[in-house]
Amino acid sequence: MHYESPVRNPLILGDKSYSDITNDIAKPVESKAPRAWWIAFSIAFVMFLWGVGNILYTIGTGIGVWGLNKTVDWAWDITNFVWWVGIGHAGTLISAVLLLFRQKWRMAINRSAEAMTIFSVIQAGLFPLIHMGRIWMAYWVMPIPNQFGSLWVNFNSPLLWDVFAISTYLTVSTVFWYVGLIPDFAMIRDRAINPVQKHIYKLLSFGWGGKAKHWQRFEEVSLVLAGLATPLVLSVHTIVSFDFATSVIPGWHTTIFPPYFVAGAIFSGFAMVQTLLLIVRKIFKMEDYINIEHIEMMNIVIMVTGSIVGVAYITELFVAWYSGVEYEQYAFLNRATGPYWWAYWSMMTCNVFSPQLMWSKKLRTNLVFTFVISIVVNIGMWFERFVIIVTSIHRDYLPSSWSMFSPTFVDIGIYIGTIGFFFVLFLLYARTFPVIAQAELKTILKSSGENFKKHHDEHGAH
Amino acid sequence: MGHTKHNAIVRALFNDDDIVLSAVKDLRANGFHVSEVYSPFPIHGLDEAMGLKRTRLSTAAFCYGLTGLFFASWLTYYTMIMDWPQNIGGKPNSMWFLNMPSFVPVMFELTVFFAAHLMCWSYFAVNGLYPGAKAQNPDPRTTDDHFLMEVELEGDEDALNKKLKDLGALEISKIEA
Repeated sequence: MHYESPVRNPLILGDKSYSDITNDIAKPVESKAPRAWWIAFSIAFVMFLWGVGNILYTIGTGIGVWGLNKTVDWAWDITNFVWWVGIGHAGTLISAVLLLFRQKWRMAINRSAEAMTIFSVIQAGLFPLIHMGRIWMAYWVMPIPNQFGSLWVNFNSPLLWDVFAISTYLTVSTVFWYVGLIPDFAMIRDRAINPVQKHIYKLLSFGWGGKAKHWQRFEEVSLVLAGLATPLVLSVHTIVSFDFATSVIPGWHTTIFPPYFVAGAIFSGFAMVQTLLLIVRKIFKMEDYINIEHIEMMNIVIMVTGSIVGVAYITELFVAWYSGVEYEQYAFLNRATGPYWWAYWSMMTCNVFSPQLMWSKKLRTNLVFTFVISIVVNIGMWFERFVIIVTSIHRDYLPSSWSMFSPTFVDIGIYIGTIGFFFVLFLLYARTFPVIAQAELKTILKSSGENFKKHHDEHGAH
Repeated sequence: MGHTKHNAIVRALFNDDDIVLSAVKDLRANGFHVSEVYSPFPIHGLDEAMGLKRTRLSTAAFCYGLTGLFFASWLTYYTMIMDWPQNIGGKPNSMWFLNMPSFVPVMFELTVFFAAHLMCWSYFAVNGLYPGAKAQNPDPRTTDDHFLMEVELEGDEDALNKKLKDLGALEISKIEA
């Protein structure tokens, strides 16, 4: 019953019992924060405050404080929006798609990956809101009958589809995450000694008691939510890509955008999961649960999706040439050799070249190398969005209106602010939430725990 | 489930999921009614062993999803076709069906939105889960590494106690109903 092929490497290292899992995962919540946590939190919080200041300045003065001009009317804001949404995708991919494929290694990483999803979608959502200029009118994107006449929102517009996609994605990811968190909050509640802590986790755990019927429903709900979240996550980045693909701008008007954006999103999201988990496992000593096996698996996903992204770049170039449309051809020539050539080649190096190094088993099982590549990939994916957005519009159909874009300190400040905000949320999460789905992990202990596997190998199955 | 009247419940504590599962099978085969098992994680096959019916939450989710789809169809029809039709990029707006391709994203999103959220609300409602609810498990160890079984007491108490001990129970207690 608990047999698993010896070919598969153990996912839980060491001689663990159910109780050890409980103790290890409750520990970061119950103990005092390590010094490194306080240092990281302080830096993130300062960045966050700087971002808040810049956002308030933007709202108070107007988006003229950004570096936008008449030709380049979308730049860092939308680049950051797409970048953050893309990062979010890996969390849903890990928790939903890998659940449907019954990949057990997801269980050690899905909680943190979903947290990352939610926190990065929050960052993404900020950009369209503040780019509206008059943020207090944000409710105009909702389909509500208004007192200004019966003019409705435009359901033909990809920008409105985005409103629906992002809000569905954010809220569905949150409930998916929370349904899984309830049993783990109950675990912390039941062992809490401090009355304040006990009360907080009692509130959060909704009274969960682990009844047989409830577990049956839990598994059904998880499966159905995974089934719903899988097409949802694909639809979200597809719709984000429609913001560009349905326009008539050379370089944007391409049918390859939806799959290309989704692959890029998974690529950058997995890289961010690597960055975060390599830190989490170190600081909270989770090396037995998030081990080389998990890191190697994620590196393989990065390599595969990086290659898909590479193929997409080359396909774009080919189609531009093959289309015979000179505007389309110029858009791509300009990307590679125009004034933003450095952005294009940074993108190519980071996204197409660097993940190919993962073919080497030695490199993809090396922690330092993985950490460096994970950051390189995210830099590359930021450049990808910048290249797509800015280089496509800075030289439009009318050469007399060609211009360049340079960010102001406000553009940079808001971007830094969202990175700070993201890490503030993630660091708070890492201290107060069970960072690994311990209830799920216990179900695979007997099949994928190192001690149990060894026992099977020595004494035969069961 | 037919057992409306019972006098008392015997609680037995175990420390292994396989032992609990085989104990449930054994007790049920011997005519006992296992009314509840509290466990720290889902045990595969336990619901069947206890004779629990399949949950209907997935069927509910399907219906909720259909509701979302109909709502989105009505919303786009009412706003874009009936109330204030406009020429947007030359898209046909005389009939909802002709304009429908550009409503597909919103129809899809609202289907997922309704299915996921209403299913979760249903899940919380049928499980009696809400913020601040009292913990449902009588023994706090059942969220760590212990498993608590509740068996309805019918007939000889000592025989049941002995049976549970033989099946591997660590602690046995009786609760008067």
